[in-house]
Order: sequence, then structure tokens, then C-alpha cells
Amino acid sequence: MRSLIDIKELSVEEIDSLIETALDIIDNPQKYSEKCKGKKLATLFFEPSTRTRLSFEAAMYELGGNVLGFSEAQSSSSAKGESVADTAKMISCYADIIAMRHPKEGAPLVASMNATIPVVNAGDGGHNHPTQTLADLLTIKRKKGKFDGLTVGLCGDLKFGRTVHSLINALNRYNGIKFVLISPDELKVPSYVKNEITKAGKEYVETKDLVEALPSLDILYMTRVQKERFFNEEDYLRLKDSYILDPAKLTYAKKDLSIMHPLPRVNEISVKVDSDPRAHYFEQALNGKYMRMALILMLLGIK
Amino acid sequence: MKIEEIKNGIVIDHITAGKGEELYTLLGLDKLEIPVAIMKNMNSAKMGKKDIIKIDGVVELSTDIIGYIDPCATVNIIKEGKTASKYGVSLPRELKNVISCKNPRCITSCEQELDQIFKLTDEENREYRCLYCETKAK
Ligand SMILES: [Zn+2]
Repeated sequence: MRSLIDIKELSVEEIDSLIETALDIIDNPQKYSEKCKGKKLATLFFEPSTRTRLSFEAAMYELGGNVLGFSEAQSSSSAKGESVADTAKMISCYADIIAMRHPKEGAPLVASMNATIPVVNAGDGGHNHPTQTLADLLTIKRKKGKFDGLTVGLCGDLKFGRTVHSLINALNRYNGIKFVLISPDELKVPSYVKNEITKAGKEYVETKDLVEALPSLDILYMTRVQKERFFNEEDYLRLKDSYILDPAKLTYAKKDLSIMHPLPRVNEISVKVDSDPRAHYFEQALNGKYMRMALILMLLGIK
Repeated sequence: MKIEEIKNGIVIDHITAGKGEELYTLLGLDKLEIPVAIMKNMNSAKMGKKDIIKIDGVVELSTDIIGYIDPCATVNIIKEGKTASKYGVSLPRELKNVISCKNPRCITSCEQELDQIFKLTDEENREYRCLYCETKAK
């Protein structure tokens, strides 16, 4: 019995096979529509995240399975003080697989150590969110047909943005990947993540200038620059516009650039970009559902 | 300076100078009711200066804790006034309920019955990380 708590638990081969399954689901949805008949997914959302929860639920329904669960701490037993371990043991009696989101880091790991069914981490605080990374990888694969040799720009909050760290970790394992890390000095990629890039034998450059970086990029992964991350309002106001992607900046980009964003966005991508054929962030959300379907099949051992 | 030789007990020798006190606390030696001595900044041919802990009595010590604080330390078991056995310690792969996670966002901060588990993630830099949230120890 296997869970998925951290993207690093998946080998390159396993990720490739998940992508292959997802691509087959996209081409032949009817083939998969009863694969999980009679199976139940429990969505345990100790903090609300409608987007992620709906994606998991849609994934299970499209596999012919059923869904039960709760969202927000107030409606669950945890408000009465039940531990994550006990909740996991109890849910194991009712469901076949768990998707858990929790505000505390490590909670899904605790659940997986106590459950008798697979647990998928659907986000634990700012720590891990492996199915987001799976969605990112499928998007790159569908848009570029490969991972090897791509120049990947990551822009915005690269310090606290764990989706960024997790994506870097996953891409580090492919050949010839180059990273362009675009952020203000205050929000640079932490040194341990940069060490991992170097250890993997990959290259990176750091820059503060999005426009300057744009022409070289195959992928541009945007993230939100949050006001709370700055010590003072002045710095925030001075910097926030430099990291907003708009049609004017996009004139510097490649014709086949792929623009990604984990969503929700605030204002870091202008809505005017949405109609640009290079805007792939809504498809990215859809890809999340396909990868969750592939993952559920893998963890339940269904071919 | 003279500390009475012990008859049956344990001597932790070759402790890096300055680490003796931390080791004393983490091993819970402050809770013992038998004689325990910490000797600091003792001359050592090998190390220049070292700390030594002498315990006058037979107690069970966690080699994980000793290895975590100082993998260079050696443990001598004294029987009838003589060194009966001597062994080194090494960095443990895992620490269970030795140190606790300081990350307020960690699940261990709100579920106190969980074991505090740290994994050795970088042997060269003696780096331990919380099993749950991966925050670095200390
Ligand atoms: Zn922790």
C-alpha cells in the first residue's frame, strides 16, 4: 500500500508512466469511466481549497467512483480534538483512498503512517503539494512534448513559493534543463534549492528583470508576489509592477512560449494575456484533474 | 584538580570541548541521584582540550544522543575500577524524541502525542531535519 506525500517519492519512470496514463485518459475517456466503480475517495480538507477539492472529486467521478468527505476544520471531528492519526484510522474503514489537505506541515504524512489505505497529500500548509507538480509536468509535456533541453523561467515569489521548489526538484532529473530565476532580491530562491540544481548538474541564472529574461524562455512559470512578504509597503509598490505579465512584455517572448501559473492569480498576469494562445494556466488546472485520475489508478493498483 | 576514580560506572571521554554540558543535559544526567562529574577543558594529547563526563554507577545511556552531540566521543564501561569495554559512537540516522521541532507550522506543534522524529539528511554537515515538516534542527 502506497501513498504520495512528496513529489520526490516518485521516480522519473513513475512520473513518465503517470503522464502516459493521463494522456491515454485524455484520448480515451470512456475506457476509464468505470475503472473505479465501487471505490470511494475521501476528501479530508482541514482547510478549505475549493479548487483542489473539486479537482480530486471530478477525477474520482470520471473514473466511475464515489466521493465522501468534509471541508474546513469546523465541520469535522478535528474541531473536537480528534488527532490526524485517529481520523486516518477511522476513514480507512469507510473509503479506499484519501486526499488530505491540512494547514499543518506533515499532517498528511502522519495520516499515511496510520491509515490502511493510500493517502494523497493535497497540500500541507506551504510545505508539499505533489499533485500540483504533477499538473505542471503534464502541462509541460503536452505543450512541449518533452522535458529535456528546456529553458524554464520561474518568476515572482521564489523564496516562499513551494510549488516552485517542488517543480525545480522534479525538473532537475531531466537532461539539459536550464532555469532562469526571476525575482526581486527579497524573494530569491533559497540557497538549498540552488544547491540542488547544481548538484543535479543543471544550470541556472538569477535576474531581477523579467523583460530581459523573456526572449530565452520556453516556459514561464508565474507566481504571486504577496504583499505580506515585504517589510514595507514602499518596496512592495516599487516591485509589484515589474513582475506583472502583460501583452507589452510578451512581445519579447518566443512564439511558442508556454505561460503557466498554479492559480489562483491576483494581478500578476494581466487578464489581457488570457486570450494569448501562449496562456496555458487554465489548461494546467484541467491537466491537474487528469494527473489526479492517473495517480488514483496507480495508488489503487488499477490498470 | 582531582575527581575520585570510579569503581563501577561509565566514562564518556574525548568530548569536544564545550559540548560536555549539552550532552549532560540531553542524556538526562541531571536527573540522576548518583555522583556525576563534568570535567571541562581537560588537557588532551589528541585534541588539545576536551570534556569528560564521569558517572559513578551503572545507567543506560542512549548512544544515539551521544553520537548526535559528538560522534568523536568514546564510551568507557568501568568495572571494578578497570576499563572493561570501550566503544565509539556514530551519527545516528534517526533521532526519536531527543530534540523537538521548533517550526510553529509543524503538525507536531499541535499534536503533542506524536513522536519527535528527525532524520540525518546531510552527513557531511551533520544536518538533521524534522520527519514531518523537513525543518532543519536548531
Ligand atoms: Zn517539524
